[in-house]
Amino acid sequence: MTPLTATAVGKRYRTRWAVRDCSFTIPEGKVVALVGPNGAGKSTLLRMAAGLVRPTTGELSAFGTPLRGRTHPDVSFLAQNRSLYRDLTVRELVRACAAMNDRWSTDRVHEVLGLLAGVDHDAKIGALSAGALTQVAIAVALGRLPRLLLLDEPLSDLDPLARDEVLRIVMTEVADRGTTVVMSSHLLSDLREVCDHVLLIDEGRVQVDGDVEGVLAEHRVLVGPAADEAGVEGKLIGATRSGRQSTLLLRGAGPAPAGWVSTEPDLESLVVGYLRASRERRSSAQRGHAGRGAKSA
Amino acid sequence: MLTGVIEFRIDRRSGVSTYVQIVQQVEQAMRLGLLTAGDRLPSAREVVEAIAVNPNTVLKAYRELERAGLVEARRGLGTFVTRSLSSEATTGGDAPLRRELAGWLGRARERGLVVEDVDALYFAVRDEHYPPPEERS
Repeated sequence: MTPLTATAVGKRYRTRWAVRDCSFTIPEGKVVALVGPNGAGKSTLLRMAAGLVRPTTGELSAFGTPLRGRTHPDVSFLAQNRSLYRDLTVRELVRACAAMNDRWSTDRVHEVLGLLAGVDHDAKIGALSAGALTQVAIAVALGRLPRLLLLDEPLSDLDPLARDEVLRIVMTEVADRGTTVVMSSHLLSDLREVCDHVLLIDEGRVQVDGDVEGVLAEHRVLVGPAADEAGVEGKLIGATRSGRQSTLLLRGAGPAPAGWVSTEPDLESLVVGYLRASRERRSSAQRGHAGRGAKSA
Repeated sequence: MLTGVIEFRIDRRSGVSTYVQIVQQVEQAMRLGLLTAGDRLPSAREVVEAIAVNPNTVLKAYRELERAGLVEARRGLGTFVTRSLSSEATTGGDAPLRRELAGWLGRARERGLVVEDVDALYFAVRDEHYPPPEERS
C-alpha cells in the first residue's frame, strides 16, 4: 500500500500560498529526499502529511486512508524544533510517550538510545547536546513502530559526526524494518548518499519527483557554442551562458549536435539547475508585473 | 557471526553513484584475490551501520553483482561470492604485470611526475588500448 499520496494539495496562510497544487506518490520502502530552498514549503508539506495541518485544497492519504487533520497510526513525525519537554529526563520522556501512544515499543526506544555512544537515561532533555537530542527525538518517533517516518530537517544544527550518526540510525531502521522515510533538507549534500527518491519543491510546487537514477538518466547537461543552440533537442530546464559557451540542462535531450558535449548531471547540479531556473522565472515575472505585484505563472 | 571480509568506502565527491562504487569495489576485491568463492559479503545492515548509505542501494549493488553471475544470495544466510576473478596476472605483490607497472611508476616518480600527470598518461594510453564505450544518449 502506498505510504503517502498527495492530490492537488495546497495550503494558504492568509494571503500567501505555502504549498500549491502538489501531487505526488511516495513508493513503499523508499528513502525520499524532500529538498528545496528555505521557505519552499517543505515543512508545511510534512506537517500536513503528519496530520498536524489541514490542507486548504486537495487531499493527502497515508496507507490509503485520507488524513483529516489527524496523525495516521503508522506515521511518525520529527518536527524541526524537536518539540520535546525540556524539563523531563530521558527516562521520564520515554514513559510519557509510552502513555500517549496506543502502539508503543519501549524496547525499540531503548535499542535506538543505546546505538552509537548511547544516551544517558537520567539526563535532562534540556541539557542534551544537539546530536543526542535528535537521537532521543528519533528514538521516540521509532517507538511508535511507524511504517512511514517523516523527518523535518533532521540534520540541521548537527556537527558532521552527529549527522553521520543520525543518518546511520535512520538507515539501520530502513534495513531492519523496511520503513519508508521522507527527510527534508535545504542541503541536498546531506541526503545525497542516502536517498533513492527525490522530491524537489520550490515556490510550493513540485519541480522534480522520481527515482534518483531515473531522474538523472532523463536529464543531460550539454556544453557547447552559444552561437549554435539551434540543433539542441529536448526540454530546456535552464541555461547558463558565458561569452561563447552555453551550458544547458535538458530533460529528454536528443543526441548531442556536433561541437557539443553531453553528460549526465549529478543530483546536485540537477537540483541547482531547476532552482536557478525557477528563481529566474520569478524575478522576470516580478519585473514584468512591476507595480502590480508578483503574479504566479 | 562471520565478520565482513571487505569494507566499502564511498567517495562522496567522485560523481560516481554509490551503488556503482559498491559494485566496482567488490569486483576490484575479486580481481585482486581479496574476495574468493565462498566469501560472504557484508549484509546491508552491516554496511549501513559502518557507512551511512541507504540499504536499498547496497541491495541494488548486490543484485547487479548477482545478475553478472559474480555472487549469489542465499536466503537467510547472506550474499556469497561464487567465483574468482583473480588470475596470476593480477594477484599478489609479485605478479609480473604488477611488477612492471610498479617499475614504471617508480620511474615516473623519479622523473618528477605528479599524480595528475600519471593519471593523465595512464588514462590516455588505456583509452588507446581499451576504447571507451560510446556515451549513451
